[in-house]
Amino acid sequence: MTIQIDPDKCTGCGSCVPVCPFSVMDLVNDKARVKEGCNLCGACVDACTFDAIKIEKAEQKVGEGYRGVWVFAEQRDGKLKSVAYELVSEGRKLADKLGTELSAVCLGHNIKDVEQLICYGADKVYLADDPALSDHQEDLYTGLLLDLIRKHRPEILIAGATAMGRSFIPRVAALLYTGLTADCTGLDIDPETKLLLQTRPTFGGNVMATIMCQAKRPQMSTVRPHVFKRGTPHKERKGQIIKVDFKKEAITSRTKLLRFIEDLSEKVKLDEAEIIVSGGRGLGKPDNFQIIKALAEVLGAAVGSSRPPVDEGWISYSHQVGQTGKTVCPKLYIACGISGSVQHIAGMGTSECIIAINEDSNAPIFQVATYGIVGDLFKVVPMLTEKLKRSRGIV
Amino acid sequence: MEYFLTEQQKLIKSIARRIAEERILPARAELDEKEQFPWELIKDIANADLFRIFIPEQYEGMGEGSFALCIAVEELSRACAGVALTYAADALGAFPILLYASEKQKQQYLPVIASGARLTAFGLTESSAGSDAGNIKTTAKRDGNEYVLNGTKQFITNGGEAEIYTVIAITDPTKGARGASAFIVEKDTPGFTFGKKEKKLGIRCSATRELVFHNCRIPKENLLSKEGMGFIVTMKTLDSSRPGVGALAIGLAQGALEAAVAYSRQRVQFGHPVSSIQAVQHMLANMAMELEAARALVYATAKTIDSGAKSFTEEGAMAKVFATDMAMKVTTDAVQVFGGAGYMRDYPVEKMMRDAKINQIYEGTNQVLRNVIALELLRRKGLRG
Amino acid sequence: MNIVVCIKQVPGTTEIKIDPKTNTLVREGVKSIVNPFDTYALEEGVRLKERYGGKVTVITMGPPQAEEALRETISLGADEAILLSDRAFAGSDTWATSYVLSKAVTKIAQYEIVICGRQTLDGDTGQVGPELAEMLKIPFISYVSKIEEIKDKHIRVQRMIEEGHEEIETTLPAVITVVKEINVPRLPSLRGSMKSKTAKIPVWNAAEIGAETDKAGIPGSPTRVVKIFFPKREHKSEIFQGTVEEQVAKLAQRLEKIV
Repeated sequence: MTIQIDPDKCTGCGSCVPVCPFSVMDLVNDKARVKEGCNLCGACVDACTFDAIKIEKAEQKVGEGYRGVWVFAEQRDGKLKSVAYELVSEGRKLADKLGTELSAVCLGHNIKDVEQLICYGADKVYLADDPALSDHQEDLYTGLLLDLIRKHRPEILIAGATAMGRSFIPRVAALLYTGLTADCTGLDIDPETKLLLQTRPTFGGNVMATIMCQAKRPQMSTVRPHVFKRGTPHKERKGQIIKVDFKKEAITSRTKLLRFIEDLSEKVKLDEAEIIVSGGRGLGKPDNFQIIKALAEVLGAAVGSSRPPVDEGWISYSHQVGQTGKTVCPKLYIACGISGSVQHIAGMGTSECIIAINEDSNAPIFQVATYGIVGDLFKVVPMLTEKLKRSRGIV
Repeated sequence: MEYFLTEQQKLIKSIARRIAEERILPARAELDEKEQFPWELIKDIANADLFRIFIPEQYEGMGEGSFALCIAVEELSRACAGVALTYAADALGAFPILLYASEKQKQQYLPVIASGARLTAFGLTESSAGSDAGNIKTTAKRDGNEYVLNGTKQFITNGGEAEIYTVIAITDPTKGARGASAFIVEKDTPGFTFGKKEKKLGIRCSATRELVFHNCRIPKENLLSKEGMGFIVTMKTLDSSRPGVGALAIGLAQGALEAAVAYSRQRVQFGHPVSSIQAVQHMLANMAMELEAARALVYATAKTIDSGAKSFTEEGAMAKVFATDMAMKVTTDAVQVFGGAGYMRDYPVEKMMRDAKINQIYEGTNQVLRNVIALELLRRKGLRG
Repeated sequence: MNIVVCIKQVPGTTEIKIDPKTNTLVREGVKSIVNPFDTYALEEGVRLKERYGGKVTVITMGPPQAEEALRETISLGADEAILLSDRAFAGSDTWATSYVLSKAVTKIAQYEIVICGRQTLDGDTGQVGPELAEMLKIPFISYVSKIEEIKDKHIRVQRMIEEGHEEIETTLPAVITVVKEINVPRLPSLRGSMKSKTAKIPVWNAAEIGAETDKAGIPGSPTRVVKIFFPKREHKSEIFQGTVEEQVAKLAQRLEKIV
């Protein structure tokens, strides 16, 4: 929409000046002039008796000028996270439905295997690789991503709902005055409106909601790791890696990283484990995690926990699976003495195979379990461990 | 039973109950097992302003009386008598200051006691002076601007953990019991050390230690009231704290009764819950009756004190004896209702039974107190106003 | 130090009623609690006050019944509480909520730190903290598990991320969100409870905080809930029967096929 004043028709009578509700009309050199802040309300058009003012009402769709699906491909210390590949795979499906391009945004230092993003489905990768970004400080990430979005105007942006994603992506959304939906478990394109349909759990998973961001762009979502599966990479796929320059003086960080203390308590990282054996309140006391660890060892599995044992101090937080813990999607998840609260299932419900061992037949965990035993875990688990040891020839 | 608590007293009850249920209950078994002083819980109690209950408003307290204190002690004791005792013994240690300190001493000590930042303890008992309190041997000799303390106190609750001690010592040996005086002694005063921590049958999280004075010099300003007042300070202090002991016993018995009732409802024998057996029902009924009677007596005593009564020795003694004897019986019966399980440390009632015993002994043995009651009774010729 | 704590009154999750017209939660008549994560934020604010001196002001955006939650915070150590309530705020998504909060914080004017819980029980987004920081144009640190020190208008914290802990420093004023590992919230105190009964809690509406109504409530929210549904759990699980030995044998058999 534009407003134009025809200098040939304008007589400089000034009738338009007082009628403007936003006080943006004035006279310069005996001709009317529109200042910044014009809302295109048309009051001046009505007031002008010489037809000197015209407002072009072009039919413009919401979101015009915004194209493309973007994925924020998170990395840590130069290594791309699994969620980056998962979202590129999912983003590819969305881009195909829209008939548009998929781009990944990668910010960091000495990032390896960036081409892999293209193999998984990205057409472009916007890469900012600079030592200043090695501390993962969010002010820099916010500034850079904001710039890129303003320049290239994607219609959709998805990012991992990791600690970093949940911290800086909302800041970008706030600055853009656009909608952000957190922890989506489902993303789809509405066939009629071509808008992004974002589905997420609320009330700890008791209720599902589908959300849309109709008028603002880009439509933004965060997605938890392991909610979507990564697709198959195609080595032959071609795409562009576009280096992003950023002026260090223009974007500075107000926060400073003093040091990083790594959590070394896990031998097998929970997020990436193929098999997880978890214990819950039913274990009764901290020493009983030995039973879980014994089974985990035989299976080469990671040890997980529901929230109560962590709250009681029986095991550290890094083992917690659930809504306020880690989301996992292993091939096999064995839940021992875990009732299966909605908050816990939110963290492991998408596991390929779930085995539940609990003495309460009404425990909700059985509703998501593939296989289950209603029984005493103190008998079942050690017996299972023994049986597996024998069949594997481990003495 | 309705006891007509004021709004503030209801608030005290609900806050003390929350602390009991949310903080004390989950911790009590481990504290008992490890004989660990409950510092974290004392902090919770302090943060909730419960130490302010028995301190007057002008010293940053809430200016509540004996009844409010009993309510708080009872609620805490329902979860753990050891924790409740730590709190109640703090009031005991504070009473000499509350009742007999000078304005200057009150300004110096009461606000910090009210905040719960520093605990108190009362030092009277010695190895040769239990019931025979007049037989104490700890001396306090005046020397210029100081008193020099020598002697050993025995079985002092909060000993070693408290920082403010109100101690009874002999200033004039020629006057026997009337030659005793009361002093305030602070922890870390040179010459003041502690003996070993006692290993007890019950209330194991409560700290019980000897106080050892060896040429311990304190400023003369630390004398409470006048020389020779020690005996009176002691009597009045113990009178004032007796309802608190009664309240501790009531809370303890209440917790035991609740546990027994709950267990009897779910324990099935011969195809029925044991609560359907008349023998058990009668036990529970007796426990409930005696508990309620004790409660009424303790509350009535507390309200008598709050009404400004000049003398309440007899009432205090009755309340303490009746409630503590009741608690010993109720907790023992609770173990009985639990049967074999009640004997096991995995269940809470054996601890309650162990905790109950001391209440019949300290703060005046129930035998000495019966003497007290009898003497008062005879003095007033059995008549009642 | 002037500390602002943002809380939200959330429903106890057992009863959930959705307004079919607006697809938002019906908050009236449902038992409400202070969002549990916010109790850690409040506790940290009160501890900062005890450590450095100052005042804790608690704010919340909600319907009139949210005043209850604010009174509770006073019994837990808050000095003042303000309710942001206006019909125009109803149905706000995280952007609109952050906008309203930012206007209120701006009106409060004197503050060194704003503390929020990491997420709410009902929305679970965790977005208001960071969005609020951006609207106030001040630094933001999330998942704070320990405040090490505040000195010379600088704050140094420990922050929890997946891989471990980061020690981060930034300038004040700033917004932080906290995790439950940061402290154990206290229980209400006697004096606090009495104070909360008589405390005056001002209500600020849109005009009072200078909030443009087209940036709040449903009109101001970029996102809209278009559908609510209850997740279907059509799932058949195989529960092994028999003696313990038989159950374990069957399970072991299945396991060997998977691993």
